[in-house]
Amino acid sequence: MPRRLRLKHLVVLSCMAVLSACASTPPEGATRDDVFDPYENNNRAIHKFNLGVDRFLFRPASKGYVKIVPDPMVTSFSTFAENISLPGQAVDYLLQGNPKQMGNALLRFVINMTVGGFGLSAPADELNLPPVDTDFGETLHVWGVGEGAYVELPFYGPSTQRDAIGVVINLFSNPINFTPVRPADNIGVYAEIVRRMGDRGRFSDTIDSILYESADSYAQARLIFLQNRRFELARDDEDAYLDLYSDPYAETGTDPVRDPFLDPYEDPYAE
Amino acid sequence: MPNNELNRRHFIASGLALALLPLPALAQTEAAAKALVNSVVTDINRVIDSGKSEKAMLRDFEKIFVRYGDVPIMARYALGADARTASPAQLKQFTNAFQGYISRKYGRRFREFIGGEVNVRNARKIKAGYEVRTLVKLRGSSPFDVTFLVSDKSGRDKFYNMFIEGVNLLLTERTEIGAMLDARKGNLDQLIKDLKKTG
Repeated sequence: MPRRLRLKHLVVLSCMAVLSACASTPPEGATRDDVFDPYENNNRAIHKFNLGVDRFLFRPASKGYVKIVPDPMVTSFSTFAENISLPGQAVDYLLQGNPKQMGNALLRFVINMTVGGFGLSAPADELNLPPVDTDFGETLHVWGVGEGAYVELPFYGPSTQRDAIGVVINLFSNPINFTPVRPADNIGVYAEIVRRMGDRGRFSDTIDSILYESADSYAQARLIFLQNRRFELARDDEDAYLDLYSDPYAETGTDPVRDPFLDPYEDPYAE
Repeated sequence: MPNNELNRRHFIASGLALALLPLPALAQTEAAAKALVNSVVTDINRVIDSGKSEKAMLRDFEKIFVRYGDVPIMARYALGADARTASPAQLKQFTNAFQGYISRKYGRRFREFIGGEVNVRNARKIKAGYEVRTLVKLRGSSPFDVTFLVSDKSGRDKFYNMFIEGVNLLLTERTEIGAMLDARKGNLDQLIKDLKKTG
């Protein structure tokens, strides 16, 4: 056992070393819509690899999974994956200095693991508690670590330098991994893969349209990931978020005073 | 019947007000922006529940898009810098092709909304108009945030952008259209032709 643990540490350390060695910061004044992607060539190569993994492995497996396994069971397995991640999320809330949400995560865990039948359902959802959804990437964000460059991780998909560190840490930070009564080693990771298969299978049309029908699936995945992630993290800072709405009216010059030659409302249908 | 008289007076007053106001100058309010989003949702749900063929549904979605969406500004924004060099005729054709493309692309996705529930939560002022936030609850997944941006800069209240969990649809489409243009070496006419078959 101690040997395995040391190996884990080694993996974490080497990943962090690689990521921090290339850690770079986006230029000042970058807004929510900006993309900072200095490793685009590398990322595109990994994206191509990930597309292959999806096409030949993940997509068919996921589609088979949601076809064979009845819908309520797929939901139960996904719920289980979320429940088993709760102690890890509690640790992250603790590190973020948010004891209230830590208690919320732990309370949900206890209720769902007992009343919810070993975490296969989520009766705690009925309690009207605030939602629980965090990770070590968010912890780093709370600590003031910048987003860093966009990176696409093999097998995992879109991420940023900051979130990539979070992903690696979260592989090991769930206290469940260290309890003597855990049902299996790394159960959280397997459960998460099953959960992702459920999502990939259920929303296969939408995901297919992004990955296989768009003109540049790399750019689409990058933009969608970054915007969604920034939205998640901006949660409590709605005004900062609001200020960043780009105004297409301003940009295309609807204002006839500022730009007398550009008026899309003149009557684009006349002629 | 004092009640009746009051009603009649109101009726006359509002009739006068309507006659005097230049028409689409109805003041934009948060309530109006919310009402617009509610109408969009109601109309989309009606089409989904109609049980028509997919092709007929997509045609209906296009009508809804044109009725409630500010299509010219959206098309222009999606085309980006190339909109400045396009001729008026090209811009018109592009807007038309874009309208069909968006309706087909997103209309196909609405199938996944069957049995879903949209709750319009709140509206607030932003620079170009109003932001209307809704909460969408789909079967078997936790609720997510869909935000509409509404403006009356076209002369009427219309939505001009949409965010799904923070993902800016207009910006996503600008990226996509930009990639399509790059793939065609910037040939806008070819893009317009292909866009009519895409989505």
